[in-house]
Amino acid sequence: MSTEFHNLQELRHSVSVATKVFIQRDYSQGTTCRFQTKFPSELDSRIERTLLEDTVKTLNSYYAEAEKMGGQSYMEGCLACATAYLIFLCMETRYEKMLKKISGYIQEQNEKIYAPRGLLLTDPIERGMRVIEVSVFEDRGSSGSSHSSSVSSGGISQR
Amino acid sequence: MHLGLDEPVRECQYNPICTRNSSSMETSGHKKKRTPRRKWQIFPGRNRFYCNGRVMMARQTGVFYLTLILIMVTSGLFFAFDCPFLASNLTPAIPVIGGVLFVFVLGMLFRASFSDPGVLPRATPDEAADLERQIDASNGPSGPGYRPPPRIREVVINGQTVKLKYCFTCKIFRPPRASHCSLCDNCVERFDHHCPWVGNCVGKRNYRFFYLFILSLSFLTVFIFAFVITHVILRSNRTGFLSALKDSPVLVCFFSVWSIMGLSGFHTYLISSNQTTNEDIKGSWSTKRAKDNYNPYSYGNILTNCCAALCGPLPPSLIDRRGYIQPDTPQPVSHSNGSCMYNSTQLQSHMCDQEHCIQSTKFVLQAAATPLLHSDPVMMGGEGPTLPGKSSLGGPCASLTPSQPSLPSSMPGLGCAGDMLTLRDPDTHCHHHHFVSPEETPSPGPMPLTLPCPAHMTHGGHMNPAQLYDPASQDSLHEDSVRGLVKLSSV
Repeated sequence: MSTEFHNLQELRHSVSVATKVFIQRDYSQGTTCRFQTKFPSELDSRIERTLLEDTVKTLNSYYAEAEKMGGQSYMEGCLACATAYLIFLCMETRYEKMLKKISGYIQEQNEKIYAPRGLLLTDPIERGMRVIEVSVFEDRGSSGSSHSSSVSSGGISQR
Repeated sequence: MHLGLDEPVRECQYNPICTRNSSSMETSGHKKKRTPRRKWQIFPGRNRFYCNGRVMMARQTGVFYLTLILIMVTSGLFFAFDCPFLASNLTPAIPVIGGVLFVFVLGMLFRASFSDPGVLPRATPDEAADLERQIDASNGPSGPGYRPPPRIREVVINGQTVKLKYCFTCKIFRPPRASHCSLCDNCVERFDHHCPWVGNCVGKRNYRFFYLFILSLSFLTVFIFAFVITHVILRSNRTGFLSALKDSPVLVCFFSVWSIMGLSGFHTYLISSNQTTNEDIKGSWSTKRAKDNYNPYSYGNILTNCCAALCGPLPPSLIDRRGYIQPDTPQPVSHSNGSCMYNSTQLQSHMCDQEHCIQSTKFVLQAAATPLLHSDPVMMGGEGPTLPGKSSLGGPCASLTPSQPSLPSSMPGLGCAGDMLTLRDPDTHCHHHHFVSPEETPSPGPMPLTLPCPAHMTHGGHMNPAQLYDPASQDSLHEDSVRGLVKLSSV
């Protein structure tokens, strides 16, 4: 028990949220949802510029597609009005479908690119579409975590 | 041997604390599991929620019920007294069309009243801290040339310079066209106005419903008025003009037709020029301000502007009202005492399964996260006393101006001079006019606004624990997921 308690203490020390970096909205093209592609200086040491810029540009393109006013969105709007908006009980709006796609994309990017570098992107919809929150983790005890895993397995075998 | 003897003693010493704490944790956990709280229950704005968060309205809903009663009574009288005569003498299509219009009007009214107008959620403590740091940083070095005041950011949109103001209540820089509604105490995207008749703000997400409501209501009132007159004329041929007049709701229709039609016309103009009531009243894009002033949001084409406002994509709600507050997250404020102590004893009681190990890891990470979060309430508390002061002085006055028409510059747009006298008189408009343009609706506003000033204080205080829920839950979840992801990637 004391050894396991010791392991959990090590875990606590090994991971902590160091800082949060916020990528703000870019309003230069009006009120459509766009995020600034300017690279935040705090992330210089953590990730390559191009990777983050690519992610933000892809997100911007997804949001632009969600808010695009074209034939399909007009059809959807007119159909909805004609059915007194009851049709949205059965089907999802195009925006909602795009938001699901965006959250899947962010999750995939986190798994592939950001988590290995100790970063985590938060879906902007959870922050009111104001910012892309990048959580920067300090994995101080990376050697300690492997030590604790071996000791915990030893601890379990003891019991 | 010595250790073996000590350990049971230590266990005995810990047990009383363990069982008490774990039982209290379990009961509180069970209580939370039995009634998981939804996010609308801790919403910081001054809104009212019904049907378990499905319906969202402003605090003052009395006038909304008046609207509903007026529509139903007028239509009810029409269907009861005029329709039988007209259906038999003219055509049965009249009550059918009337019925369809009536249902559409009510549908749009409910949709406009009950939906989220486009409320912007308040900033998390981390975001607020980051913004404060940026504002302080921009304050420091004093350079030559023009620099906007610290709480204002300037953005160039399609060639026009737009100022983004900082909202002290929501702790965000408001997006363009957003405004803070003092009655609901929320920042609303593309804020048009706060309409007491509808019992809600009119913003990005419900503007089309509001417009369709007033448009269909104007058709309904014209329809009822026209057929009531027809009925009176037809009946006066038989009985007499005055007795026929007694039976019909003519007076109500007469006044409402002009007001509603005027309002519909005004909003049609706003839609075609892609402006909000707020912008029109302030004259933001009028050429009187500057010669090269133009509306940067307009698409240049009336048809495109109309389609964009009415048929464009409907953005989803940014406030997740029916989402659950994560039940297994301990409240950061209440777990401030001895968190390390009883977390460890609680962990000792859950040592068997791997699942329980993961659970306990979560608690440890939350315990690790709590010292970081504890620093925030101190900051918030420090700002607390100043916040209500700022918002009560600057907030109502500043945010009233968008909704209060001191100079009704848009009056000519209404197209009815007779309205101008009655609309300026807030006392009589309640009695004589049933449907008044929304510019005047805030004039009953000063009455309810005497209440919000002390309410600002309480809401400033209530904000702190409410805001701490979300970051705590989301931080712990993110920590979990990143731990999992990092381990996956390392393997």
